[in-house]
Amino acid sequence: MKALIKRISSDPLGLLGLCLVTLMVVSALGASIFAPYDPIQLNIMDRLQGPSANHLLGTDQLGRDLFSRVLFGGQVALKVAFLTIGSALIIGVVLGMIAGYGPTWLDNSIMLLFDTIRSVPTIMLALAAVAMVGPSITTVIFVIAVSSIPNYGRVVRTQTLTIKSKDFVKAEMLMGASLLRILSIHVLPNILGPLLILASMDIPTVIALEAGLSFLGMGVKPPTPSWGSILNDGFALIRNTPWPIIAGSIPLVLATLGFTFLGESLRDLLDPKLRKLL
Amino acid sequence: MLLYFVKRIFLGILIISVAVTLMFCMIHLVPGDPARIMLGPRGTTEMIADITMRMGLDQPLVIQLMKFFGNILQGDLGMDVISSRPVTAIVFGQLPYTLWLIFSAIFGAMLIGIPLGCYSALHRNTLADRVTGVISVACITAPSFVVALYSLLIFAVTLKWFPAIGAGDKGDLFDQATHLVLPAFAIGISWVGYLSRLVRASMLEVLGENHIRTARAYGLTESTVVYRYALKIAILPTVTVIGVGMGFLISAAVFTEIVFARPGLGKLIIESITSRNYPVVMGSVLVSTVLFVISTTISDLVNAWLDPRIRANL
Repeated sequence: MKALIKRISSDPLGLLGLCLVTLMVVSALGASIFAPYDPIQLNIMDRLQGPSANHLLGTDQLGRDLFSRVLFGGQVALKVAFLTIGSALIIGVVLGMIAGYGPTWLDNSIMLLFDTIRSVPTIMLALAAVAMVGPSITTVIFVIAVSSIPNYGRVVRTQTLTIKSKDFVKAEMLMGASLLRILSIHVLPNILGPLLILASMDIPTVIALEAGLSFLGMGVKPPTPSWGSILNDGFALIRNTPWPIIAGSIPLVLATLGFTFLGESLRDLLDPKLRKLL
Repeated sequence: MLLYFVKRIFLGILIISVAVTLMFCMIHLVPGDPARIMLGPRGTTEMIADITMRMGLDQPLVIQLMKFFGNILQGDLGMDVISSRPVTAIVFGQLPYTLWLIFSAIFGAMLIGIPLGCYSALHRNTLADRVTGVISVACITAPSFVVALYSLLIFAVTLKWFPAIGAGDKGDLFDQATHLVLPAFAIGISWVGYLSRLVRASMLEVLGENHIRTARAYGLTESTVVYRYALKIAILPTVTVIGVGMGFLISAAVFTEIVFARPGLGKLIIESITSRNYPVVMGSVLVSTVLFVISTTISDLVNAWLDPRIRANL
């Protein structure tokens, strides 16, 4: 792990990514310590202020401190990213292995399902779901997870097919090893590396999607702070003050950039030849 | 070749049918009576009974599914609950705005992104190449609605160079074009980055190939080699990428239409969700899905036509 961090640090963009990601994670996790105000505390007297010593990023239309809202918004972004990618990863691994190891008809059906999910634009899928069950953070997590399952499932299936036909796996099957053993001891460790790279490169997309849906008013419900809902407030006030838009977009852009740079750097590093570093 | 075409088109139709079935399940498996959900708080018991009967919701699910398919095949996506106009007419009335937006965005992105990628490939590992690379990644990751908000803030609200809302007067082409600039920019900017990286990578690959070396050996000028021989091949992957990227383009258009209050599919769907106009929501989702499937199918077919190796894989 130390060696890995050292390798990332030697790549300037990777280092920048690592710093941005660390900054985001620390500020989100420690939001309750760092935030100078309660993020949902109204203070109408101080509404729509520009940045000052009291309010680093100014205040919104209800006088809430934007800096505190940005910090707590990071928690929402992280929560959505990890729950979404975690569940998509688990379901994708299971479905991909079933497709790779199961009978042809099952493989074809799963692949058709994957293709279908991939052919609905994610935002449209999300909006359809919101129309049916109403906006909430759970809907957001569910929809983004469903739409990312095929990404992982396809990779797992291809890798499972490759490993399945290897001689050592065939030998082990002849020795009477169970399917579960082969999948968990041989297939899983072999696909974990590429999957984690894929997952890390998905984080910026997920964060941007959550913010986007909350921006449309179809995601996190007020008064919970989310970068997207801060931008939504800013959009309504665009002719009065630019600050809410600036406050909402800076962390969003920095986080997506950070995760992208880190993800690309990881991908370059975790090339199979370099995997012994982990 | 023909067999591949038939198979690929069949797969496209199959995907659309599965999508329609899933959509049907989504409407019917969600807790609550579809008629009640559709009418929302406005619905009285008589209205619910009327809708239930008119939509055939009292019939067995399989028959409802058959009818659902039958209606869609006839181009009937149901009725708007509020204005009682056919959903098909409403959705197809808005679709051209979205298509115009998407096409002008991608056209602009090609105009800038391809030369940029070319330049990067020819000046590989120079400072300019690295700077272009970093800017490209930054462009790719910037969420389209953030770009849209900033361009609205800077160019429309502060500088007042471009109009902020709407799609311009019908019949006045110049007015429509000025209304298109900012939204198209917001969608296209990430594609500039994406295409430039793509063209750079494929250009580098092509430049190392034998026929380029031969062309150079014949003493052709560098510009002839690059533009007549290398670039012609190197821009092929962009065709596929744009086809597959249709989904992202539609998603980006939803945000941009909201930010610039432009008519289109995205604005229609958001307004329909707010007014609980479910047939319109489902109709828009379906049309955008079909659009996406058609564009991926076309890009696969074009690709197969250009590269015989792909045909063997389906």
